Amino acid sequence: MWREEVPPAMDAVHAILETHERDPGELLQILIEVQHAYHYIPDAAVELVAEHLRVTRAHVRGVVGFYSFLSDRYLGEYVVYISDNITDRMQGSTGLATYLCNRLGVKLGETRADGRASVHFTSCTGMCDQGPAGIVNGLAVTRLTRQRMDVFAELINKRTPLPEWPREFFLVEDNFRRSDVMFRRPVEPGAALKAAMKRGDDEALKEIHFEEAVDPSSGLAWRRGADETLKELYRSDLRGRGGAGFKAAIKWETCRDISAPERYVVCNADEGEPGTFKDRVLLTTYADLVFEGMTICGYVVGSSRGVLYIRQEYWYLKPHLEAVLERRRTDNLLGRNILGTGFAFDIDIHWGAGAYIAGMETALIESVEGRRAKPRKRWPLPVVAGLNRRPTVVNNVETFADAAMVALKGGAWFAGHGTQHSAGTKLFCVSGDCERPGIYEYPFGVSVRELLRDCGGLDAQAVQISGPSGITISRLEFDRILAYEDLSTVGTCMIFGPQRDMFDAVRNFTQFFRHESCGLCTPCRVGTSLLSQLVEKVAAGKGSPVDVQEIERICQLLKSTAHCGLGQTVPNHLIDSLLKFRGDWDKRLVTTDFVPAFDLDAALHQARELTGRDDALAHL
Amino acid sequence: MAKKRKIATCSLAGCFGCHMSLLDIDERIIALLDLAEFDRSPINDIKEIRGMVDIGLIEGGVCNVENVHLLHHFREHCRVLVSVGECAITGGIPSMRNSLSLKACLEESYIRGVGVENAHIPDDPELPLLLDKVRPLHEVVHIDYRVPGCPPSADALWHVLSALVAGRDPHLPPALLKYD
Repeated sequence: MWREEVPPAMDAVHAILETHERDPGELLQILIEVQHAYHYIPDAAVELVAEHLRVTRAHVRGVVGFYSFLSDRYLGEYVVYISDNITDRMQGSTGLATYLCNRLGVKLGETRADGRASVHFTSCTGMCDQGPAGIVNGLAVTRLTRQRMDVFAELINKRTPLPEWPREFFLVEDNFRRSDVMFRRPVEPGAALKAAMKRGDDEALKEIHFEEAVDPSSGLAWRRGADETLKELYRSDLRGRGGAGFKAAIKWETCRDISAPERYVVCNADEGEPGTFKDRVLLTTYADLVFEGMTICGYVVGSSRGVLYIRQEYWYLKPHLEAVLERRRTDNLLGRNILGTGFAFDIDIHWGAGAYIAGMETALIESVEGRRAKPRKRWPLPVVAGLNRRPTVVNNVETFADAAMVALKGGAWFAGHGTQHSAGTKLFCVSGDCERPGIYEYPFGVSVRELLRDCGGLDAQAVQISGPSGITISRLEFDRILAYEDLSTVGTCMIFGPQRDMFDAVRNFTQFFRHESCGLCTPCRVGTSLLSQLVEKVAAGKGSPVDVQEIERICQLLKSTAHCGLGQTVPNHLIDSLLKFRGDWDKRLVTTDFVPAFDLDAALHQARELTGRDDALAHL
Repeated sequence: MAKKRKIATCSLAGCFGCHMSLLDIDERIIALLDLAEFDRSPINDIKEIRGMVDIGLIEGGVCNVENVHLLHHFREHCRVLVSVGECAITGGIPSMRNSLSLKACLEESYIRGVGVENAHIPDDPELPLLLDKVRPLHEVVHIDYRVPGCPPSADALWHVLSALVAGRDPHLPPALLKYD
């Protein structure tokens, strides 16, 4: 194990601090930069950051301890994370991690004695359609194989700088397999925004020049553009694409109507739900449309500041996203005087640091404010008191892209697609056992069977809809439809072929939730651990029906008492699995009577060694 | 008159505080004895359960071989087994040693301890060997009910016992689960 002998020089920390204001809200962003510079957060840096932001060291350490990608011990020159989602596991990720560890001569999770490298597992990195995937020094790597692991080990042992590594390792594909009306081709930047502003330009205002019409100082037309766009959003019946399906227009109008000196528009690109990767594709190929949707939201609700909160796993997109924002500023689509109208709006990027819970909107806001991502109390809602306790619209990446399309093409056009209660189209992230994993756009109402047919996965025995927190459907349910009326979803479809043991998915999901519970409330913090322990007990062949009853009891407890959506949805996959894939459980329940999860006799081993006893009474 | 229910009790790695609390039901014990009788229990000093009993109450966690045997004996002979108190449910105070190795614990007591003479770790076969970790009861055998508290109040114990004796599922009302 590597140990810090001489504390590192703090020059880089000073340089980082100089680029950040003395605002405690900057804490997480500063720590992420320190982590990237030093591959850990040195004690000396904690002191400097605390002093700079005038917060306590305990507060800084609390934040470091919370996020998976921040570490208080040195992780090595090369830090390799292997994605531990079930889809990665099905593609052999577990064996690859062990293989790389062996090649590097390092234990999983430990830094090699010479400080060169460490290998870790991490929650889903959002590359399920091109896994097994991972992250090396912050950059995503895809399609990992043993051959690539051999090259990794060689490059690491030779200390080859990352920019000199083969580019194909870092290749991330869109795999956009099917597009419908929304994402057929990228929309010209600015088109949707102009369309929104022009909506105030009706008959009575025809004579006025466009720029005048939307000039905020001319009052009426300016507001009319925003009001008409909101009406279009109502007509579109656009519902939030993050999974919950709350109507976007209601959220936007509420935010607009609350009296406040400042409002915020926050785009949720945390995308932590394992198996989900549509936001990655949208931000790669449709970044303009997403930013445009945020800008239109700012225009409608009267906000001048947008925040894109994006997960650390997509750090490789940083130069791209910053370039798009910079170009939009140059093109007057962002900034102090958008399209010459005097409308001011700009977007900051806030990075996450590895926390599933940060996808929950109030936890996300806490994280943007630089704290541990812990969910707030349910009331007031963020739309009333969100970021900095001001009215805040938090929407999913896809929702903003869709809103921009509504502004461009009108609400009626949008509502003309999909079903009665689920207007528009939806991006589905297809991964697992199928011939063509990737992104599929369908109008809402498509059946699971049709999706499976298109991606070449019809022989599946199960599909996990909407991630581990969603619903597991069996072959009998493939005619159910993907829409808010039936299977409401963030878009995730993980496919399990007939050869799969569905209990493996349960193990993966319970381990995931155990790791990702934020620890705020006892039912979730303790419950996820107990569930994981019980599932591992069953996996070890020591389970009995009594243990299954205990799992069911804890599931009910979590559902009814957990503080936020994370804890309340943890039991879903267990309940589904016990109901629909009982066979994969029963074959493991070898005893009818309770047996301990641990070996009683082995528990006496230490005592026997210490006393030198080996008589009959010294055994169980 | 209906046949009396049989109750057995024991303390494993506990402090007998839960038993003291049981005695705190005071004169209600007379009413209890109209409906039930005590089998093996430190209260009457009977050492072993004879035949089957209806209700087994156990305080304390599992820290050594003797605890394991006694717990198994109770599980085999009790129709309903109840974990009584913090130690039985979570391991409690004795389980504070779980963060240390058994070696560290025993050396602290018998080798490096202040005033220790003839320093050696006791190895007499009469002494029950310690488990590497103190376990709550439900990790070793199946437990039917748990009565929380350190100790559970006499009222809570009375509530549970009267329900079990009457053949009902005991459900402690919130007032008996509040400790502040």
